Amino acid sequence: MTSALIYALTGAALFLIGVAGLILQPHLLRKIIGFNIMASGIFLVLVGLGQREGSVDPVSQAMVLTGIVVSVAATALALALARRLLDLTGKMRLPGSGEGMPGKKPDA
Amino acid sequence: MKGVLDLLVIVLCLVLGAALWWAMLDLPSSRIHLAEQVAAKLDASGVTHPVTAVLLNFRGYDTLIEVMVLFVALIGMLTQAEKGSQWLSAGYRPPPLPAPPFHLEVLQWLARVLVPLMILTAGYLLWAGAHRAGGAFQAAALLAGAGVLLNLAGLLPAWTTFRAGMRAGSITGLLFFVLAAAATAAAPHGHLLQYPAGWAGMLILLIETGLTLSLGLILAGFFLLLSAEASDGSDTEE
Repeated sequence: MTSALIYALTGAALFLIGVAGLILQPHLLRKIIGFNIMASGIFLVLVGLGQREGSVDPVSQAMVLTGIVVSVAATALALALARRLLDLTGKMRLPGSGEGMPGKKPDA
Repeated sequence: MKGVLDLLVIVLCLVLGAALWWAMLDLPSSRIHLAEQVAAKLDASGVTHPVTAVLLNFRGYDTLIEVMVLFVALIGMLTQAEKGSQWLSAGYRPPPLPAPPFHLEVLQWLARVLVPLMILTAGYLLWAGAHRAGGAFQAAALLAGAGVLLNLAGLLPAWTTFRAGMRAGSITGLLFFVLAAAATAAAPHGHLLQYPAGWAGMLILLIETGLTLSLGLILAGFFLLLSAEASDGSDTEE
């Protein structure tokens, strides 16, 4: 068990915590945070497995650097969409999620 | 019913986690040694830091597409804003910044001291990327962080418009990168982003400088454009 492997295993655990949060939490902000935890887990797996044999793999490090910036952009876009949804519906959750189906017939 | 479903999700996640852990613990060592391949060609890349060499030379097309993704995300944010709300509409004037409360004075002092240092450090990171950890993305993140710090300290108002100058600034880095890619692809016997011998270091530095400025603007925009809407959210539409 090298330290690189511990990073990778921790990354896998983080990934699944993020997946569970993404599915279980109805609030959109929590979903976005879950999505970010997922991404961090994947980065940790990539970097951890990349240096499993002692030497650092610059290719996986470069991929993770790319991924971090893309995930920042995706988070910003997700926040903008969530805020637009809040403007339109007054709710921070997806229509159809949570109790009943509030998005089905808004003004019946 | 909902409790059962939640439990099912948790159990499935645990099963998947166990499978992933088992796969990782059982992983045979890789037969492709990318680190050695990078080290073997590092002399030809124009820089001496392997991560920068991968990012801007060996896999430059990944970085090119990544910058496009960032730009598309910015455009997506702007389109979300343009309908309905007064955010980003022409002629809308943001309310003047309120006088800072007492507890912000320390933060403001700190921001005034730190921001020039952050800009200086961004320049250093950009330059250092050629031979050690650093580069355009780190420098851009620092520039954007300086913008966020100024905004939080109440010294820089949120962006309520994305003016022509900002639009031009945010695309310059990408345009130069695309131009370099097109030029290298169009050159005789050239391939996409295969820099001519001897020019690689200079081209990488130029591309990274453009990217630092543009990405700094884009990343700062992600925060400052979103915080603009928050500050005028109190005046509800009638």
